[in-house]
Amino acid sequence: MYQAIVFLPLLGAILAAIIALGGARARFPGKAPPPGLSDGETHHAAHDDHAHEAHAHDAHGGHDGHGPAEPAAAGSRTAELITTTLLMISMILSWIAFVQVGFGHEGNVRVPIMSWIVSGDLKIDWALRIDTLTAVMLVVVNSVSAFVHLYSIGYMHEDPYRPRFFAYLSVFTFFMLMLVTSDNLVQMFFGWEGVGLASYLLIGFWYQKPEANAAAIKAFVVNRVGDFGFALGIFALFAMVGAVDLDTVFAQAPTLTGKTMWFFGYHPDALTIICLLLFMGAMGKSAQFLLHTWLPDAMEGPTPVSALIHAATMVTAGVFMVARLSPLFELAPNAQTFVTFIGATTAIFAATIGLVQNDIKRIVAYSTCSQLGYMFVAMGCGAYSVGMFHLFTHAFFKALLFLGSGSVIHAMHHEQDIRHMGGLKDRIPFTYIVMVIGTLALTGFPLTAGYFSKDAIIEAAFVGKNPMALYAFTCTVAAALLTSFYSWRLVFKTFHGEPHDRQHWKAAHESPMTMLIPLGFLAIGSFLAGLPFKEFFAGHGVEHFFRESLTFAKTNTVLEDMHHVPLHVALLPTAMMVIGFVISWYFYIRRPDIPVELARQHSFLYRFLLNKWYFDELYEIIFVRPAKWIGRELWKKGDGWLIDGFGPDGVSARVLDVTRNVVRLQTGYLYHYAFAMLIGAAAFITWFMFSAGIH
Amino acid sequence: MTWPILSLVTFLPLIGALLIMVMVQGNGPLAKGTARWVAMWTTLVTFAISLVMVVRFDPSTADFQFVEKLPWLGVAAYHMGVDGISLPFVILTTALMPICILASWTSIQKRVKEYMIAFLVLETLMIGTFSALDLVLFYLFFEGGLIPMFLIIGVWGGQRRVYASFKFFLYTLAGSVLMLLAIMAMYWEAGTTDIPALMKHGFPLGMQKWAWLAFFASFAVKMPMWPVHTWLPDAHVEAPTAGSVILAAILLKMGGYGFLRFSIPMFPAASHDFAPLIFTMSVIAIIYTSLVALMQEDVKKLIAYSSVAHMGFVTMGIFAGTTQGIAGGIFQMISHGIVSGALFLCVGVVYDRMHTREIAFYGGLVNRMPVYAAIFMVFTMANVGLPGTSGFVGEFLTLIGTFKNNIAVAFFATFGVILSAGYALWLYRKMVFGTLKPAVAHITDIGWREGVIFAPLVVLTILFGVAPKPVLDMSAASVTQLLDGYNKAVAKLEAPKTAALKTDLPIVIPVSVPQ
Repeated sequence: MYQAIVFLPLLGAILAAIIALGGARARFPGKAPPPGLSDGETHHAAHDDHAHEAHAHDAHGGHDGHGPAEPAAAGSRTAELITTTLLMISMILSWIAFVQVGFGHEGNVRVPIMSWIVSGDLKIDWALRIDTLTAVMLVVVNSVSAFVHLYSIGYMHEDPYRPRFFAYLSVFTFFMLMLVTSDNLVQMFFGWEGVGLASYLLIGFWYQKPEANAAAIKAFVVNRVGDFGFALGIFALFAMVGAVDLDTVFAQAPTLTGKTMWFFGYHPDALTIICLLLFMGAMGKSAQFLLHTWLPDAMEGPTPVSALIHAATMVTAGVFMVARLSPLFELAPNAQTFVTFIGATTAIFAATIGLVQNDIKRIVAYSTCSQLGYMFVAMGCGAYSVGMFHLFTHAFFKALLFLGSGSVIHAMHHEQDIRHMGGLKDRIPFTYIVMVIGTLALTGFPLTAGYFSKDAIIEAAFVGKNPMALYAFTCTVAAALLTSFYSWRLVFKTFHGEPHDRQHWKAAHESPMTMLIPLGFLAIGSFLAGLPFKEFFAGHGVEHFFRESLTFAKTNTVLEDMHHVPLHVALLPTAMMVIGFVISWYFYIRRPDIPVELARQHSFLYRFLLNKWYFDELYEIIFVRPAKWIGRELWKKGDGWLIDGFGPDGVSARVLDVTRNVVRLQTGYLYHYAFAMLIGAAAFITWFMFSAGIH
Repeated sequence: MTWPILSLVTFLPLIGALLIMVMVQGNGPLAKGTARWVAMWTTLVTFAISLVMVVRFDPSTADFQFVEKLPWLGVAAYHMGVDGISLPFVILTTALMPICILASWTSIQKRVKEYMIAFLVLETLMIGTFSALDLVLFYLFFEGGLIPMFLIIGVWGGQRRVYASFKFFLYTLAGSVLMLLAIMAMYWEAGTTDIPALMKHGFPLGMQKWAWLAFFASFAVKMPMWPVHTWLPDAHVEAPTAGSVILAAILLKMGGYGFLRFSIPMFPAASHDFAPLIFTMSVIAIIYTSLVALMQEDVKKLIAYSSVAHMGFVTMGIFAGTTQGIAGGIFQMISHGIVSGALFLCVGVVYDRMHTREIAFYGGLVNRMPVYAAIFMVFTMANVGLPGTSGFVGEFLTLIGTFKNNIAVAFFATFGVILSAGYALWLYRKMVFGTLKPAVAHITDIGWREGVIFAPLVVLTILFGVAPKPVLDMSAASVTQLLDGYNKAVAKLEAPKTAALKTDLPIVIPVSVPQ
């Protein structure tokens, strides 16, 4: 069953890819280059016939008049059905697995597949590790992915390249599943980089848009910066422990305490260094402070992609990683402090930017960034299950918000600027309702899913023992206020007030059923993911539910202490939520002139936030331009002037001078000289050897 | 059955070359066709026979297998044989040759007969290099390989072919002269040119050092290592597609193979002493050439520079003195052979259509060439070292092997993974993504013949990424033996030092030594 869960999406991806390539081939039949035309053409004819046949199957390429001129790729519907069906099966199986592993008596399972890299004492296998932590992720990944597949059938129906899109979506799901089921760090790295690839392909799905291409590369490269740390962490673990599979690493970890490691003249604590390096990978993937710049740009991709990859699943991989490696992080308190610090900083930092953005997707993206910060705060404080709880609930309501935004964008004909919206609640009421539900959950309205998980994190930060806990508590509480403000700002500006663009407003239409059904399910999830699971993630059932998949040190009493926080602390997040709502209501419903005035008065602050703290510009100056400049200098000056000038060019210039003077050098006969030289050399050696032998 | 299978594999291409020489007359279409088909069949049969060697090869022993020894030339003997280190390279050579012939099928119209002969002779020399077990024989094959390559660049190359071939020639010749001196000195010292005997000889320390440096001069140029790499971009740019493929995939590997066959087993103490030098040069190569690759305007140059960076991982791994490092070095070479070869073939596809290598000329190819775009993507990702492709396994093993030995080196080398993503994706974006440029508006997707070329390479790239075990297992025993010898020599080297230390310090001062 577990193999089926993981490999069905891969199967779907491969089939869809074949359909995509076949369709593309039919559109642009291949042809040999100019010379030697006679050779290939007979074969092509045969190929074309086959491809046209495939085209005939495509009887229902969704078209409603205003689509692009290009016809839909052959077999689009087939590809959609195959991938979506397989994902649905995978989803159902994952829920079964979730119940069995989390609540049944089945212990942890390890499903070996085959061996991968074996070299000396390094042994890496392909294997699936199924425990509660994995089961939670399986459910999250496959549910959201299945809904996103279904949703995409409606959302992408105008796109001529749907088979490719669905192939990418499914292959992403496969990589993500490999990541969460990994039994060793290298397989995790495989999934890790694999989702990076899928993310790159999906952000750049509309490859004709230059911004999409730039964003795709940025996402990949910034993630690589994180992976740089991840890889070094794996190397360091192997150097210290001699293995990379999780069981051995966890068993050996306690013996590493107190050991140090050489690191550029310093001898820091080995475990701290390892955890920090691994966490660098998490920072990249989860778009944490300093490595966050790629996430907002990633919104260039189609909206379902943003929901799946950049909200619910891939970006939470970093959180999952820290939870998975809890046995290591529990032994490295300094690393935990750093995790808390980064998480808290991201939570507040991203929220401030979210306040002033105008692109509907970017607001949600910054909100994601901020919420991921919350999860890391929980991880840093040692409340791993609480972080996972927020990951779980967040997947539902954030996917809902993204898909809801997608529905808005779809209704508004690819308009994403909320300044051009307004009053849409009458035109697309269903979308409005689900967006409000998503917003309630995000802001932590009582009894929604977000209420339980987010408040638990703030409480965990309050009782957390590490030096950054108080800072984290302050940041998360403040961020709760900002979250509420910008979330309601989005809702008010989009759905309430006067429409800013009458024409678009009039043309706005509710989305098709394939899009509304997933929205409905996710809206239900945004309620049901909270209360029923609270006991298992943040209550007294944690130990029984997660068993050994999470490790809590003996001294770690965060989960227990959380239940004894003072009442005012417990009420604080809710109060923040209400204040945020009220301010937002006052600003955007009651007195819409105030925010404009504020922005004018504090124009520096406004521009600072609008430009995302100028991180992109800063990185451009610190990293990108110097790299390019150095590259050019090394090429022209290093290779060209220094090495070549004093090396071969200098010498060969002399050689050419000489030969030119002696004989007319004819390029066609150059090889005569070469032959002469080499045969001479060969003869010389032979002679030498002979004479040497005679001695 | 004891037929000389290794000699057969080695010299079959030469027989094919003779056949072409005799059979093909003139330069008409028939003559061209005959030359191509004879070359094709020769390389295919050679490949098939080499696969028999794979089947019969016993990976559990580090001894040389398929050994043939005949007296020849008095001092030197015709001594051939392969072990787990050389066999992968032999197979790589025989596997890539049919692909190269097929890749030259239509793009070479000038002097087809001579072209095919040059390639077949080159194949013999390359296989010979990897399977020679006698120094003189090795030297002849090793240096002989220069001639056909020099011709391929010089006759069928691009506009600046004279410059490029001269540069290629000068660099490699300079290195090999030094190697020749070392070979002669080794003969005088050991009294034999037999490689297995020399491996056991145990050269005196002083001689190890300069002999190592002499061999290093030759192999470093071949690799190529920074700073003697500048011949490579020029040679690649001017070489015809198949020439670039062979150059990148096989000729560069001769340097790495040389390190494994000569430098480490014969001069282990010197290898140990000079490891920091290699590390420095490797790390500089990885970062320097990656940065340079970032700014290239010519596709082939970009891939050439990225080759230098990838070879940096190889040298670093080989001298790390760990199993993973050496096994990773070997794997990286095989993987790079497939991937860089395939990348040059990808360039060849568009070059055959548009006759330019300028990156800025292309743009939006995916709009007209979707299948090509998909194939190019696979190899771009393999070049970047994405897990699941063969490129990852080599990089990962060399890095993890080096980290155990030297953290700083591994740390800086890992920057290569960031930079490689930068240049490779930038190239892909410029050429393949974006809107279709008018200049390439009528470009056509790959044809049937080109599909046949790429299919096995795509399969191997992914197969070796997911299941690299066959290659790793093949060389495991030999790597272990190589490392045993190396470690023993290093231990011997360290022993007198510690002993000296003890005698020099009669008073024991109780100091807590930091770990």
